[in-house]
Amino acid sequence: MKASAFAYARATSVANALELLSVHGERAKVLSGGQSLLPAMNLRLIAPELIVDIGQLAELRGIVVKGGVLTIGALTRHADLLKSPEIATHLPLLKDAVAHIAHPAIRNRGTIGGSLAQADPASELPACMLTLGATIIARGVGGERRIAASEFFAGIYETALTPQELLVAVELPVPPKNSTYFFHEFTRRHGDYAIVGLAALAAVEDGRFDDLCLGYFAVRDRPLLAKSAGKLVDVAVTSAVLSEACSALAEELDPLEDQQATPAMRRHLAKVLLTRCVASLLARRDLCAGGPA
Amino acid sequence: MTSTQASPDTLSALDRPNSYIGKSVPRPNLDRLLQGRGLYVSDIELPRIAHVVFVRSPHAHAKIKGIDASAAKRMPGVIGVVSGEELATVITPWVGVLSHLKGLKSAPQSAIAIDRVCWQGEAVAAVVASSRAQAEDAAELVSVEYEELDAVTDMRSALDPAISVIHASLGDNLAFERNHEAGAVDQAFAESDEVVEAEFVFGRHTGVTLEPRAVVADWNAAEARLTIYQGTQAPHMVQNIAALHLGLKESQVRVVCKDVGGSFGIKVHIYADEMATYALSKLLRRPVKFVADRVESFNTDIHARDHRCKGKIGVKRDGIITAFEIDDLTGIGPYSMYPRTSAIEANQVVNLVGGPYVTKNYRARARVVFQNKNVMCQYRAVGHPIACSVTEGLVDLAAMKIGVDPVEIRRRNLIADDAYPCASPSGLRFEQLSHHAALTKLVAMMEYDALRAEQASLRAKNIHRGIGIASFIEVTNPSAAFYGVGGAKISSQDGVAVRLDAQGSVICQTSITEQGQGSESLTAQIVGSVLGVSMDRVRVILGDTDNTPYGGGTWASRGAGIGGEAALQATKVLRKNILDVAAAILQSIPGELDIVNNAVVNVADGAPRVELSELARIVYFRPDTLPPGIQPELMATRHFVPREYPFAFTNGVQASWLEVDTDTGFVKLLKHWVVEDCGTIINPQLVDEQIRGGVVQGLGAALFEKCVYDERGQLTNANMADYLVPMAGEMPDIDVGHVISPTMESELGAKGAGEAGTAGAAAAVTNAVNDALRPFGTIVTEIPLTPQVILTALGRI
Repeated sequence: MKASAFAYARATSVANALELLSVHGERAKVLSGGQSLLPAMNLRLIAPELIVDIGQLAELRGIVVKGGVLTIGALTRHADLLKSPEIATHLPLLKDAVAHIAHPAIRNRGTIGGSLAQADPASELPACMLTLGATIIARGVGGERRIAASEFFAGIYETALTPQELLVAVELPVPPKNSTYFFHEFTRRHGDYAIVGLAALAAVEDGRFDDLCLGYFAVRDRPLLAKSAGKLVDVAVTSAVLSEACSALAEELDPLEDQQATPAMRRHLAKVLLTRCVASLLARRDLCAGGPA
Repeated sequence: MTSTQASPDTLSALDRPNSYIGKSVPRPNLDRLLQGRGLYVSDIELPRIAHVVFVRSPHAHAKIKGIDASAAKRMPGVIGVVSGEELATVITPWVGVLSHLKGLKSAPQSAIAIDRVCWQGEAVAAVVASSRAQAEDAAELVSVEYEELDAVTDMRSALDPAISVIHASLGDNLAFERNHEAGAVDQAFAESDEVVEAEFVFGRHTGVTLEPRAVVADWNAAEARLTIYQGTQAPHMVQNIAALHLGLKESQVRVVCKDVGGSFGIKVHIYADEMATYALSKLLRRPVKFVADRVESFNTDIHARDHRCKGKIGVKRDGIITAFEIDDLTGIGPYSMYPRTSAIEANQVVNLVGGPYVTKNYRARARVVFQNKNVMCQYRAVGHPIACSVTEGLVDLAAMKIGVDPVEIRRRNLIADDAYPCASPSGLRFEQLSHHAALTKLVAMMEYDALRAEQASLRAKNIHRGIGIASFIEVTNPSAAFYGVGGAKISSQDGVAVRLDAQGSVICQTSITEQGQGSESLTAQIVGSVLGVSMDRVRVILGDTDNTPYGGGTWASRGAGIGGEAALQATKVLRKNILDVAAAILQSIPGELDIVNNAVVNVADGAPRVELSELARIVYFRPDTLPPGIQPELMATRHFVPREYPFAFTNGVQASWLEVDTDTGFVKLLKHWVVEDCGTIINPQLVDEQIRGGVVQGLGAALFEKCVYDERGQLTNANMADYLVPMAGEMPDIDVGHVISPTMESELGAKGAGEAGTAGAAAAVTNAVNDALRPFGTIVTEIPLTPQVILTALGRI
């Protein structure tokens, strides 16, 4: 379990990193927290020729709130997100989600940029980006691209990034003051990748949803912003309405089969999550009584 | 704690002042391990050491058409690329059979496959290089041409005549079959008010030691001697086998076993890649290191428990169980493991089913079949979890059928505590068990009635909790009946040598081994207590065939009971020898002297007479001052093996309290209780943690762990992300209680405690899940109890 031989470069600046990436393209890999890259290399699942270590680029680390937007540098570690007062104040959903990422040792090293660029469909952060309406900032030698989270994730471990680009930051609009949120994932053990997970953000007024964003993960090859949320907005939510939304949700999903769950089980658990999410956000225990549709 | 036997009238060697027996003293090796100064095999570096990496078969069953290693041999640092045929010039193949398992057959197995591979992960070539990384680089360039053969993967069809036979010379894929019949089974079922049947399915899983298997083999051609550094539970067994197959005398092989990071039975076998490493060292005349990586561990460490067992129970309306019947099937991979064989687990299932209960009517069949998957063999609590889950599952089903409480049906059927000695329907002899005392204690610890009330009130709120009970028996302190009678050179006796050094400290050499369970501690506790010296004066040496007495090692819950008794007896002799010398020096008589706190004292008034350090000084440096005719012997050796009973059975009972989310199929463990009886307890904390660790491994089997093979014999989850070991976050608090029935076979009275936790945990959990699911009218008899299994049973998906 030793990686194949590779060349290593510690980037001295973002410009230097981009230069290396533009020269080496797909033969190079960016090393951020290394929590996915290094195990894959040690298992020889991948054998990059060059590792571009961006770990020393302090300019990529940190959280800034300005004009209703939170900008999080790509090198910001999961542990930083968990401890950040800005995140706790403005994006408690993100804080909740990060607590579900793996274990402390991994959260101490793993970074938000690394997780998003890795684009594991069962990981928490990509779905949160959809729910929170994030913009991903990618930089190449030619300049910056701003990519909506909804356009960023392209498949299992696939994103809109080109091999020559570096994910440098994400921008997240601060949700309105009256927002509420729900985060839950089903895992066999705490810290595992989710079987199905949901990061939801809502605006609730008089017991009704004014707005509802449902960011599901592990339900297809990339995170999903469920359209069926629309069935629950601006209506009095009854068991029948919820049941209809559940059916619509099941249609939207394209779950993968793996050792933890069949597609049928993932559809079922996604519906359970929706039911529990709605019951929690509307404070309506009665909606859970009969179980999911 | 409750004692079921009266205390002896006089103080024994163990009840002396300042005794460490029964005290949770810290383990003497803790500082060393916690400061990172342990010595594991992978820490060992020797001059000219080379590293071996094995090229392993990607196919479950294939012919090897050709191996082209030319490119690999040109890689930097490569010392050699060795095929099975080349290695066969220095090591002979083996067959894993034992004569007392009648009819057991297996095929010759080579250190590296020759002509054919029989499971995904079997080694086809060894690449030896100056570093592990170089060996891995070169291994990628070894080109092996395979012709895939049909793979036998499903144990249920392995005996089907249409299915190919893995080893043509054996005629079929049946490795072993045992049938057992006791009492009048058919009549008992006919006279039963209810007969309940079920099929129990157990997932294949493995031990997952923190430290993988590892070997450094160092052939010294000048001495004609092989030194094997290996994390093994049984150094003398390794010595015997290595010598046998390398054509050496045992005196030419030294096995050194320093610190070991967990074993659980995984490291008590002889693996082909370890044999290959010994042979490579001899072939290449230099030290060779093999450290299994995690993927190799999953593909080659023995698996266990892959059983499908049909069970049947008869019961009278008054709750009396009339008979048990089982039909067990297990698939063991392509070879029976060496030298302990892969028939033991099924054999144990036959032995143990129904064991806690009175009924004498019992019929059992067990069949063991070959298949093209990784080898299966003995892992912690061999056979016990299967037997316990089947027995206790059937008992609960019977109770449910006749509407009797699970605790009550056990009270009516468990063997009475005053009925011993007696024997089970499979012929196991019990010296003294305490099922009823254990159950009574468990019921009190868990506040059973209150828990039932809580369960009922939560059920009304659509919260589904369950209580599961599982009584069990455990095989410990095995005599030669386990392996020796079958012809295996696996010692069932152990030896201990103790000697007083020149400053009055004690050096103790024991043949039992330490893998983290506390063998070193319990030995020092016994020696210190019996001799009358403080534990910090006792140094324990284990795991070195050159420097310890001959013995079996640590497995089958035997270290404390057998090795501990040898330590006790050896120390008694040393104590007597010291007192004889002291009496001569002090012009007293030995009976008037004792040793307390590192000094010889008067028995009468406790007054100190001479420090042990002073006595040692006189004996070693001024023997001229001793009276004529006195020849001090400040070293003593004793060996021990149980002779009266083949095994010291222990017993216990476990309970699980859990919640099933019936929408998601997830099980949340809320609490677990164990009451067990391992006889004399030497170190309560070590015993309790053995129980807890064992329970956690059993809970892993119950909920998480499974080696998932596809229909082509590919292991699809050979990594720590996909193979789910139990982790602390999901584990409940585990309360442990004890009943103490010492064995009379030894003065120490200790039985084993290493496997009790694993024996009954899964059964308790499964029974609790079924108790929780009662309102839904469904029964689950398959582990691991995954959300998928439970949702399917509930008809939710």
